[in-house]
Amino acid sequence: MTTKLRGKSAIVGTGHAGFGEAHGLTAYDVMAQSALAALGDAGLKLSDVDGLFCTMMEDSMPALMAAEYLGIQPRFIDGTMSGGSSFVNYLTSATMALEAGLCDVALIVYGSNQRTASGRLVTASRPPAYEAPYNPRYPISAYAMAAARHMHEFGTTREQLADVAVAARAWAQHNPEAFERGPLSREDVLGARMVGDPLTVRDCCLVTDGGGAIVMVRADRARDYPKAPVYVLGSAAESSHRQISQMKDFTVTAARESGARAFAAAGVSPSDIQAVELYDAFTINTILFLEDLGFCAKGEGGAFVEGGRIAPGGVLPVNTNGGGLSCVHPGMYGIFTVIEAARQIRGDAPGIQLKDVDLALAHGNGGVLSSQVTAILGSQNTL
Amino acid sequence: MPDATGPDQIFQRALTNGEIMLPRCDDCGAYHFFPRVLCPHCHGTAISWHPASGKGRVHTTTVVRQKPERGGDYNVCVVELEEGVRMMSRVEGIAPGDIVIDMAVTAFVGGAEGQSAVLFKPAEV
Ligand SMILES: [Zn+2]
Repeated sequence: MTTKLRGKSAIVGTGHAGFGEAHGLTAYDVMAQSALAALGDAGLKLSDVDGLFCTMMEDSMPALMAAEYLGIQPRFIDGTMSGGSSFVNYLTSATMALEAGLCDVALIVYGSNQRTASGRLVTASRPPAYEAPYNPRYPISAYAMAAARHMHEFGTTREQLADVAVAARAWAQHNPEAFERGPLSREDVLGARMVGDPLTVRDCCLVTDGGGAIVMVRADRARDYPKAPVYVLGSAAESSHRQISQMKDFTVTAARESGARAFAAAGVSPSDIQAVELYDAFTINTILFLEDLGFCAKGEGGAFVEGGRIAPGGVLPVNTNGGGLSCVHPGMYGIFTVIEAARQIRGDAPGIQLKDVDLALAHGNGGVLSSQVTAILGSQNTL
Repeated sequence: MPDATGPDQIFQRALTNGEIMLPRCDDCGAYHFFPRVLCPHCHGTAISWHPASGKGRVHTTTVVRQKPERGGDYNVCVVELEEGVRMMSRVEGIAPGDIVIDMAVTAFVGGAEGQSAVLFKPAEV
């Protein structure tokens, strides 16, 4: 059951800036450099942009700040803040706005200087009132408790969690854009500093600077640009909670619903997907999302990722750029799942380029496993 | 707060008096937590307050690792109360690393970050 929006919009430009350390730059500087890179990739100018889709870790009105900085006056904006999933979510609203004629050139953009600014996660959100007195460390305590529960219910092991980080590093080692490219073994991950049991610092995403941007147009114009268009075949979201203490089942995320609807909208199934780009803020994320999106059964995610099965040369290419664990993680990673999925389809991935990719999946996660957004992207051949 | 009327005020005032009160929906009979003006299960708005049994089990748990000079490691967990609601808390009176999932715990009112808060200790067997 595909939807009316299948294939109606296309990504015609992607860009990024400030990966790693963006010394001397503000978050908005990095945002703007990313926007220019994506527009350059599409052969477009800032003055062509009339739809802006943006949120940042700073400020309560980041989309307005971004428009002002860029010197544009967009006729459609979406600044919906669902955490790191926001940028995958914008694929839906941008497609709707383009299809309805509310804008003609949609720019999705994000930037952060969290590493050089403070060395830790910058956030404008306050800890929830009924959790704050217990001093959980956000967001790791939440993900650690999800991992603990997965281990308890399914026998998932710390070694299996570690193998997610090892696989991400193996992809990153081939990607010159990735921040961490040194060798990483299972023993390195297990022996690293424990930060929130059962997760060590190597089970956690990087803290880097960086920004990303995506340019989208209606499908009927998509072939007028220099790069091969990448079509949005399906995108869907589901939100389940805000505070981790309110998560109904710590081992099942709303990716089960977002994934099922995205696959239905695109008219494809998990076995059709050639590249899987997941928001891996922590090693448990990859396991949860592989299960919930239907790449393996619930509880079998640990075995699914074990021993290089999602590494280069494994059974399923997952996070082919190195992910948030090894490539880049500037506070919110979601936009980079879309950028890597699009580049794999276009054939210009920065690291290992998989062969003849027609279908790729990008999955964003926001909050503390709170907001799940899945998008299926496809080449011209999939229309 | 002599005229506490809002759900958060009622909960906090009880805590200040050393009591743990839980909101329950008069329509569907289910408890909920955190306190709010409606029932998240059936969306009814008739809510009454009942003393918590204090009995619970650790649903999931973690240790926040911290250098000794900054206060050392401590526990953060989610406890499921007998009434069916869950809340974030910590278990005291036991090393943070010895707290395990499904462990039986008993609630008490203690202090956390300078305010009254629901804390737990291992249940006596
Ligand atoms: Zn009710």
